[in-house]
Amino acid sequence: MSAVAAGAPEITDRPTPGAEAEVLEALKAAFGPKLLEAKVVRKQLAEVAIDRADLVPVCRFLKEKAGYTFLGCISAVDWKDHFESVYHIENFATGCVVQVNARIPHDDPKIASVCDLWNAANYHEREAWDLMGIVYEGHPNLTRILLPEDFKFHPLRKDFPQEVDRQYISRRKLKGGK
Amino acid sequence: MPEFWINMGPQHPMTHGLWNMKVKVDGETITDAKPEIGYLHRGVEKIAEVREFQKVIVLTDRLCYVSSITWSHAYCLAVEKMMGVEVPERGQYLRVIALELQRIASHLMWLAAYGPDLGLLTVLLWSLRERELFLDLIQLMSGARMNQNYPRIGGVRNDIPENFDAMCKRSIEHFLEKLDTDYEKMLHESKIFHMRTQGVGKISAADAVNWGVTGPNLRACGVNVDIRRLDPYETYEEIDFEPQVWKGPDAGDSYSRFICRFNEMRESCAIILQALEKMPKEGAYRTKPPRRAEGEGYVRTEDSRGEALFYVCGDGDDRPYRVKIRSPIFCTMAATPLMLRGNKLADSVAILGSIDVCVGEIDK
Repeated sequence: MSAVAAGAPEITDRPTPGAEAEVLEALKAAFGPKLLEAKVVRKQLAEVAIDRADLVPVCRFLKEKAGYTFLGCISAVDWKDHFESVYHIENFATGCVVQVNARIPHDDPKIASVCDLWNAANYHEREAWDLMGIVYEGHPNLTRILLPEDFKFHPLRKDFPQEVDRQYISRRKLKGGK
Repeated sequence: MPEFWINMGPQHPMTHGLWNMKVKVDGETITDAKPEIGYLHRGVEKIAEVREFQKVIVLTDRLCYVSSITWSHAYCLAVEKMMGVEVPERGQYLRVIALELQRIASHLMWLAAYGPDLGLLTVLLWSLRERELFLDLIQLMSGARMNQNYPRIGGVRNDIPENFDAMCKRSIEHFLEKLDTDYEKMLHESKIFHMRTQGVGKISAADAVNWGVTGPNLRACGVNVDIRRLDPYETYEEIDFEPQVWKGPDAGDSYSRFICRFNEMRESCAIILQALEKMPKEGAYRTKPPRRAEGEGYVRTEDSRGEALFYVCGDGDDRPYRVKIRSPIFCTMAATPLMLRGNKLADSVAILGSIDVCVGEIDK
């Protein structure tokens, strides 16, 4: 479809073999030591880990040079010593996905927004802010989306307690036995 | 006349669940819109973190009660990718059959909701009647009509009964006949239906890709993307089918979305018949997965509504460290203001009904 971007390769709905290694080589050539990790996970899936400062250049490269026009998802993960903002960026022409893990220090949970590149990031970043408390700097409207406006916590963080015991209470215990 | 905001929801016959669409109107014309979601937030992602891997399946089943199997299947697939488990071939075919039966049931439920949105109450009764056929088949497979809890990590829960092939073929034959006669006459040849749906709720292909619209809604814009083809999982690679893409004029309107979904039901029937044919007649349908896992599992599947994505992390414990769910309609919801702007207020029902909203999966 020519409508996706001018000069973009046609979408044939079949995967292109070897595209994941190709994009990884291109990323290595462009960013070199800035990639903390880079590997091919499986067919059609490449993974890179970067620092938060390099996020926007890497995403811009993927979108404008490599044809990764579709942002699948932004997931925020709390690894206790640091946060990770994980981007799954998809190429519809080759069927390949690049997973970008951007590392964020735990005491300063801020990262640049990619809303300028993909409007799809808007809702994903709002959700990540709502549930994980990561600030996406430059987001046009960073407000809570799923939880009420006056909610004070970010429940998906690991230090937000969850009543684990209650889920495993046995029927016998409920009836007053041991 | 000054512009003002109208709440369509949270209690509105159009919403099919609890969500609110705020629309700004200038007379009859919509100038802006703002979806409000979160009324049904249950915290599935957080609850999943304290449950063992297989116990999360009952939660993912309830993400969307209309299409449970596709969601729990996506979760199982993501955990299998993390654990490195390979499902036996018969198990994969059983999953394909279950997924497609569920897809038809889900699309029929959508049709049953979309008909009354436009004032076609007959379609509600007909679609629910035909949906029973497929719910019966799903019940034969899994023992339950809804919230089946059928896929397992490493396969499926149980085998199909002996005469399942014949029953499946009989039901599908009957269903296809109904589609070609009754439904064609009721919908495709109805002038009123065309007038209500054609040319309203347009979104361009470039906007749809940029805003993260997927599935039948994206294919209605003319973009040929079907994850079953583009990133084949299970045994979809061996099955011959045609993704339903809108090729005519007026791409991306409500009518093209309707046609894509409607034709997808026919394709799903063809997939089921092929899968029954190609499935190994006997053999294992499940392997034993490890109890603990470490690493990360990522998978995208073609849900009935679009691209479902699961990203599961494990830290070596017997329960997931983090489960991230990408709901296709959550992203499509972000693009609804684009579809609504410039249309008349009376058309908003015909537009929002056509994107197939399921609040359970939006709010997680």
